[in-house]
Amino acid sequence: MIGIEHYVVVSSILFVLGVLGIFLNRKNVIVILMAIELILLAVNINFVAFSAFLGDLTGQIFAMFVLTVAAGEAAIGLAILVIYFRGRGTIAVEDVNRMKG
Amino acid sequence: MIHIIAFYLFAAMVIASGACTILARNPVHSVLWLILAFFNAAALMVLVGAEFIAMLLVIVYVGAIAVLFLFVVMMLDIDFAELRAGFVRNFPLGILIAVILLAEIVLGLGAYRSGGIELGSPDGLAATPVGVSNIEAIGALLYGRYLFLFEAAGIILLVAMIGAIVLTHRQRGGVRGQNISRQIARRPEEATRNVKPESGKGVQL
Amino acid sequence: MDPILFIVFLPLLTAIIAGFGNKALGNTAAKVLTTGGLFIACALSWPVFIGFLSGTADAQVVPVLHWVQSGTMTFDWALRVDALTAVMLVVVTTVSALVHLYSWGYMAEDPDQPRFFAYLSLFTFAMLMLVTADNLVQMFFGWEGVGLASYLLIGFWFKKPSASAAAIKAFVVNRVGDLGFMLGIFGTFLVFGTVSIPEILEAAPSMAGSTIGFLGYRLDTMTVLCVLLFIGAMGKSAQLGLHTWLPDAMEGPTPVSALIHAATMVTAGVFMVCRLSPMFETSQTALSIVTVVGGVTAIFAATVGTTQWDIKRVIAYSTCSQLGYMFFAAGVGAYGIAMFHLFTHAFFKALLFLGAGSVIHSMHHEQDMRYYGGLRKQIPLTFWAMMAGTLAITGVGIFGVFGFAGFYSKDAILEAVYMSGTEIGDGVFALGVVSALLTSFYSWRLMFLTFYGKPRWSQSEHIQHAVHDAHGHDLHHSHDQGSHGRHDDGTAGYHPHESPPSMLVPLVVLTVGAVFAGYFFSNNFIDNPDFWGGSIYYNSHLIHSIHGAPLWVKLSATVVMILGFGIAWYAYIRNPRFPAAFVEQFQALHKFLYNKWYFDELYNFIFVRPALWLGRVFWKQVDVGIIDRFGPNGVAWAVAQGTRVAQKVQSGYLYSYALVMLLGLVGAISWMMVG
Repeated sequence: MIGIEHYVVVSSILFVLGVLGIFLNRKNVIVILMAIELILLAVNINFVAFSAFLGDLTGQIFAMFVLTVAAGEAAIGLAILVIYFRGRGTIAVEDVNRMKG
Repeated sequence: MIHIIAFYLFAAMVIASGACTILARNPVHSVLWLILAFFNAAALMVLVGAEFIAMLLVIVYVGAIAVLFLFVVMMLDIDFAELRAGFVRNFPLGILIAVILLAEIVLGLGAYRSGGIELGSPDGLAATPVGVSNIEAIGALLYGRYLFLFEAAGIILLVAMIGAIVLTHRQRGGVRGQNISRQIARRPEEATRNVKPESGKGVQL
Repeated sequence: MDPILFIVFLPLLTAIIAGFGNKALGNTAAKVLTTGGLFIACALSWPVFIGFLSGTADAQVVPVLHWVQSGTMTFDWALRVDALTAVMLVVVTTVSALVHLYSWGYMAEDPDQPRFFAYLSLFTFAMLMLVTADNLVQMFFGWEGVGLASYLLIGFWFKKPSASAAAIKAFVVNRVGDLGFMLGIFGTFLVFGTVSIPEILEAAPSMAGSTIGFLGYRLDTMTVLCVLLFIGAMGKSAQLGLHTWLPDAMEGPTPVSALIHAATMVTAGVFMVCRLSPMFETSQTALSIVTVVGGVTAIFAATVGTTQWDIKRVIAYSTCSQLGYMFFAAGVGAYGIAMFHLFTHAFFKALLFLGAGSVIHSMHHEQDMRYYGGLRKQIPLTFWAMMAGTLAITGVGIFGVFGFAGFYSKDAILEAVYMSGTEIGDGVFALGVVSALLTSFYSWRLMFLTFYGKPRWSQSEHIQHAVHDAHGHDLHHSHDQGSHGRHDDGTAGYHPHESPPSMLVPLVVLTVGAVFAGYFFSNNFIDNPDFWGGSIYYNSHLIHSIHGAPLWVKLSATVVMILGFGIAWYAYIRNPRFPAAFVEQFQALHKFLYNKWYFDELYNFIFVRPALWLGRVFWKQVDVGIIDRFGPNGVAWAVAQGTRVAQKVQSGYLYSYALVMLLGLVGAISWMMVG
């Protein structure tokens, strides 16, 4: 039978993948944002799974809020990216070192 | 039976899509893999019985966010042809960290299963009601108990929207717009009049 | 209100008003205010003095304010008025008032007059506090106050580097003396448990034989205390060893020299010794030291004074020498005579200084006597005033009939020293007689060089300035090059004229004092114990014996005075080539004397250079090399190094940051799980 553990395992693997994606990519910054979306997705799955198995709808409500925030954050993140690209002309990860001390 | 097959199928697809997202060379491909991951996740949620959230996932995540990603990727004219050096030098460390993280999560799960962890028990207020569809139940809860949070989420979205606009708004110079206030402040004495002078005679200013 | 309060505090009040009013108050108001205040104080002082003279006044103490009440040490601000004070009051106020008046003319073109007059009045206030002090701390306050005023006044033209340096030198050398004074006060408090002067003087004889630990040795108490106090007097009165500041103090304006370095501040040391005379009487050693120092100073200053060319310097060394006289008079126990000489000396020395100032003023600030000559026809009043002063200082007089001021006081000193009977007394007597000879010589040398002979000022720079400034105005009028500037009489066309009345009136008044002060007051000062009334120690045995002194002793002063006059007349009138030939003969001696016995060079070598070296070491090696290096600079360097290391963490790469965040997260979770 499919129990809660299965869903948790799935969501955790997805979470780890997302985390890996943040700092393992050598391409460009958009991949980082996408990795963040993956993380949020993993968390959503987790919430919904627990909500279903515990019979409590709070999890699903919270998943909705997470969705909202993810949307907002993606929008802003991409806006920043656009501006950055306008100024820099590149979004290759190696060139993103303006915060160098 | 089918339930189990479906679960494993969708679970495998989600994980594979996630992996491909971060490994794809072409950023457009990355976005497409992400969309696939979203779809499979939605399917998983349907399996569990939360069809409203699943549809929400598809509509909002895929329909809005992933499309936004696609827009930006297309717009930014990214040069994906070159692949800079292979794996990062952090790779071993990163893998190690990831493995540790995964192990911890699984450990946590095992500990829960062996009964050593007290989870918070639902107080029954948000219990899944029977006989009511998922969406109706969610609606009752959202606009009832969690109304304030709902409004706050709305504000967050508003702020995000304004923020995005403000960030990317550009002033284009050299555009002569209308100065409404000047137009309104016009006085009849300064206005132009249509005068028909007789030929040979001048105009009185 | 006791008149003494007015006498003492009126100068302070006027000084404050003039000092803070400065340019807002204006020159005239400041001058009138301060001078008026001083004249009022003078007018109030003479009745006090005359009261003591006639025996009608009694010693009294006028309290002013509570000051310190700290455990066993209590003392108040209080003004003591007794005979000794009265003498000093008239000296200080009279000379100060006359100097204030004189400065109207002398400083007429100076842009900073209110400041000058404020300083003069401030000085007078401090001196008056000193002489009316009822306890040692108040005296020290006055002591320091006059030192401060001296610094301010010597360095009045502070933009001149030599004046600034001279002011600092005066203050620092004074300070060395003040250290001794302070130690003396501390020791006195330690021994007597009080700083009140009457109480100390009463208790002094009881401490006569005791010992005190000083610098690890057991020494006689009163000797130690008196010697320490005397060191303070040495500094203030420019005795040998701490005398180097006095000649340089001539950088200040001449009225300052007349007031401070002739009549008042430098006599504070003598005053102090006389005031504390009961204390000094308990220690023969201390008195011997005083006598010897005084005698050596007298001869030293006299020898140097014979070689100097600057008119003010000659008079300065003369002051130094006469102070030596006062000290060795005090040293043999003739305190009254010492005070008498102080009294007369104030008048004739102030007269000489102000007269010299008049000469300098007429000669357009030329001070070198080589550029003088024949001035008695040009500035007759000044000439007669200075003649009177010179007669006074050399001690011209006819026995039993009349004598100028110095005749009485100086002779009395020499007789007292001879009759003291000790070996030191005899030695100092010889020194005193030789000094008298030299005094006469250099005083007459000054007169002859300045007022007699032919004019020699054509080559003087100051005169050249005067001539060109005068001719500068005439450029438009006459272009006749040949008519002027062709004076072969050494005058270069410059004719000095007499000083304005504001400068001449004080000269006249002081002349009266110089001529008559000795005649009128000698009996009271020397022979009359009732006059002193216990304010100083009165050695009646010694005073009586003076009248029985051998005739040759009495005549010795007059003889050497005539001898000195004769030599000066021969050298500067009769045979003007004699001085140059004499110097040729004794070149080394002359050099030694001209360079003030090389004291300045010696001090420079022993004290100044090592101090500068030490200061440099402390600056370069310690302050910069150690403290700064490890302190502020070191901390800054460490911070910079630290940031350089920390900088490396800030690569700017986003994924590095993300990795670190992740590491932290994992670490936190692990820690939570394990713990």
